[in-house]
Amino acid sequence: MNYEAVIGLEVHVQIKTRSKVFTRVPTGYGYEPNSLTDPVVLALPGALPVMNKAALDAIIKAGLLLGCEIAPVCKWDRKNYFYPDSPKNYQISQYDQPICLGGSVEIELPGSARNVMGEHTSVPLTRIHLEEDVGKLNHGASDSLVDYNRAGTPLMEIVSDPAMHTAEEAFAYLTSLRATMIYGGISDCDMEKGQLRCDANISIRPVGQTKLGTKVELKNLNSISFVRDGISHEIKRQMAVLERGGTIVQETRDYDGVAGTSQSLRSKEEAHDYRYFPDPDLMPVKVDEAWKNRLRAECPEMPFVKQRRFLEQYQLPYTLTSVLVWDRALADYFEVAANLCGKPQAAGNWITNDLLRELGNAKLELAASKVTPAHIAALVKLVEAGSVLTNAAKEIFVEMFATGDQPEVIADRRGLKAAPTDSGELEQWCRESIAANAKALTEFKAGKDSAINAFKGPVMKAAKGKANPKLVDETLRKLLAGM
Amino acid sequence: MSTELFHQPITALSAALEGKRLTAVELMQAVIARTKAVEPRVRAFNSSDEADALAQAAASDARRAAGTSLGVLDGIPIGFKDVIAVTGQPLTASSKMLANFVSPYDATVTQKLKRAGAVIWGRLNCDEFAMGSSTENSAFHTTGNPWDVTRVPGGSSGGSAAALAAGEAIATLGSDTGGSIRQPAALCGVVGLKPTYGLVSRFGLIAYASSLDQIGPFARTVEDAAIVLQAIAGHDERDSTSFNAAVPDYRSELGKRRGPWKLGIPKEYFAEGLSPEIGAAVEKAIAYYQAQGCEVKEVSLPHTQYCLDTYYIIATAEASSNLARFDGIRYGHRSAKAKDIVDLYFQSRAEGFGAEVKRRIILGTYVLSSGYYDAYYLRAQKVRTLIRQDFLNAYQEVDALITPTSPIPAFKIGEKSDPLAMYLCDIYTIGVNLAGLPAISVPCGFTSGHLPIGFQLIGQPFQEANLLAVAHAYEQGHDWKTKYPSL
Repeated sequence: MNYEAVIGLEVHVQIKTRSKVFTRVPTGYGYEPNSLTDPVVLALPGALPVMNKAALDAIIKAGLLLGCEIAPVCKWDRKNYFYPDSPKNYQISQYDQPICLGGSVEIELPGSARNVMGEHTSVPLTRIHLEEDVGKLNHGASDSLVDYNRAGTPLMEIVSDPAMHTAEEAFAYLTSLRATMIYGGISDCDMEKGQLRCDANISIRPVGQTKLGTKVELKNLNSISFVRDGISHEIKRQMAVLERGGTIVQETRDYDGVAGTSQSLRSKEEAHDYRYFPDPDLMPVKVDEAWKNRLRAECPEMPFVKQRRFLEQYQLPYTLTSVLVWDRALADYFEVAANLCGKPQAAGNWITNDLLRELGNAKLELAASKVTPAHIAALVKLVEAGSVLTNAAKEIFVEMFATGDQPEVIADRRGLKAAPTDSGELEQWCRESIAANAKALTEFKAGKDSAINAFKGPVMKAAKGKANPKLVDETLRKLLAGM
Repeated sequence: MSTELFHQPITALSAALEGKRLTAVELMQAVIARTKAVEPRVRAFNSSDEADALAQAAASDARRAAGTSLGVLDGIPIGFKDVIAVTGQPLTASSKMLANFVSPYDATVTQKLKRAGAVIWGRLNCDEFAMGSSTENSAFHTTGNPWDVTRVPGGSSGGSAAALAAGEAIATLGSDTGGSIRQPAALCGVVGLKPTYGLVSRFGLIAYASSLDQIGPFARTVEDAAIVLQAIAGHDERDSTSFNAAVPDYRSELGKRRGPWKLGIPKEYFAEGLSPEIGAAVEKAIAYYQAQGCEVKEVSLPHTQYCLDTYYIIATAEASSNLARFDGIRYGHRSAKAKDIVDLYFQSRAEGFGAEVKRRIILGTYVLSSGYYDAYYLRAQKVRTLIRQDFLNAYQEVDALITPTSPIPAFKIGEKSDPLAMYLCDIYTIGVNLAGLPAISVPCGFTSGHLPIGFQLIGQPFQEANLLAVAHAYEQGHDWKTKYPSL
């Protein structure tokens, strides 16, 4: 039988705020255990939460970026359950009135080839709500220790509709969502630091059936690749169960990305009654139009919108845009360079090939680069003017990256400039080259324009590589025209 | 009228301190000596720190000597109900769960009183986690009523009322969720004020029912209550439910606001179950106001009959969640018998909480459970709105309401074994918390058995200045405040 998978993702994204969501203690990763705590974080007797407005700003911004409807009031509920990582034994969250409703994530499916744009679709969102992160348990041989540094970090839960059908779609969804969050300055989404975490709800059904199958929740998907692999593994597992004549049990499973296996964590029978109720310690907060408008003004252009603009405005090839637009800083960098030199594709090539390669080798962030968009633009102009040849320019780039000197300065210092050749001498070399290659001459005269290139090598050789290629081309054409 | 220092109001002591006729250390020593003398019978304290109190008093004297007195409360010993956090002092909520807990931080009211120079004195007994009306639910001991130590002082802030009545403090703080300041104030013959919800910060108050809890003062006089309220009221950015508005000068307003006022008598509050002696005493107070030119009229609060049910749904629901943090993981009682994490929760909480606390956690958990939420919690919230509206409607016609504080005077320790009978003690006080209003209990006489009686004045939201003025007007015409228990 043919099956169709139905996938919904629940993504938790830590919001990048200086302090925690209900107290002034700083947020942070990698600090001494329990150093980022206070009476509120530790839920000492008498401690009360107070909302961090920056966290609410961030989630509203996320909602605006994703086209959600923003609730007129931010209301808080308590989710009650006992677990040692939860200091109050309830989590402050949003139950029946999430701050963001609806919205969608635009995704791009893989294209037929690397240089071909894939199909774009949109994955609808159910809701986004704000809550507090919990602490972390470290299990030892005979005991367990709790670190509450993470507890109280503002956390968004982004819930998609069960609207995806393949692991690839889920992968594309997460890639796009992650880029959106980074673009909006909402989160750094570093999965290794737990800043983005994903659970997947997966069911399968015979193709054509509208009723959803029994869903399984997959947890611990620690990287975007693990999400793809885990979902794909779970779909196969469910199919195998059904093929054997078995039934899918509603349960939560833990995916081990390294081993590529999963095991059951708990079944539905153990599911909690969270006894949600409005948190009496926190007043509802009104979100008016002015507030939303202020945040709307801070919303950046989204990656796919930028990509479409780059394709049209700069006439860039798809592959170049798909490298540039996913990193907001890189895209901005590109635009400055492109506008300075007026040669977008050349600038784009330098950035995506040479600059990213050198940054990668040096393990540097773009912000730390000594090569500025002005350097790129200057180099492009030198090449365009024929002042330096491509190979020389490559050398110049490496030195420019290391020193931050202007390309012209490097070219002069290293003697890499195309020589301002005496025209008489150049014309002589060109005549000799044409005379030496009757075959190419015949071809050129027959209309094969590219045959002209055959004359250029000997000229360059005679000029010891320092002839201005543009001038060489012009001289050859002038001579050939008269023949 | 007693000349003992420990029986004097803040106003008199403050004047003596300012006039250099008395030092804060002398006052503290007198209070300590009195405490030592009567505490074996009253048992109002869970703990006290004499050395710390004397050091605070000495610091106060030093400030006065240097001309940097912090004001009227500088050097005045104030006792704290053991649910309000004081840095370095035990904070037990009269529960085995927190028997060994020491607070590492100050409540906002503690900070404010420290800044006012008050001497923070003692941790006062109460019903466990402020749940009860007699102090019998304390895990440590039952406090005796100073007027008859075989009787309860009321509750839950029974220790705060008893310590003040017995002269073991000059003023005290309590907390009031359903009457826990006003009822013990009435039963012990002192003034007890429950402020409007949001006037006093709850930061550092162990939460019982967050939407109902308020900290308030016990004092010998209405003027003293105004002084303490002045020090603790005001917006606190650490409590989202605290109200952001200017706080008037309550003490100076007392003299400026002279009435006459329109007083309402809610007919539902003078019904079945009210002790005739109390009813008569309150009628006399009403007659006094009338004689002073106040207009008195009957009003109706038609949803009064639902107050008790509504309260026990909302308060227990919030409590079930608020008390979840007491789990034996980070602090507090941890069972030695626990075998695993779930067992740790079960055993620690089974051993750490008393019967009434467990009863309310179970009830609260039930009313929030899936399938019952709409029928109980949600409905109770709607009824709560109606109850508040009853009061607001009444305030269209009158300035304040006058009622008995408690239907009965202090009862014998151990007399009320039925929880429901105990819950009925709060029948006149509970509606005020549900409506978020300010109310004050003022002494208005004694029963034939020499037990104190109090009446309650209920004011409009954030109109404490008016409420205190109305209470003050009565107090000026009576000398109940000069009567002391013989201990």
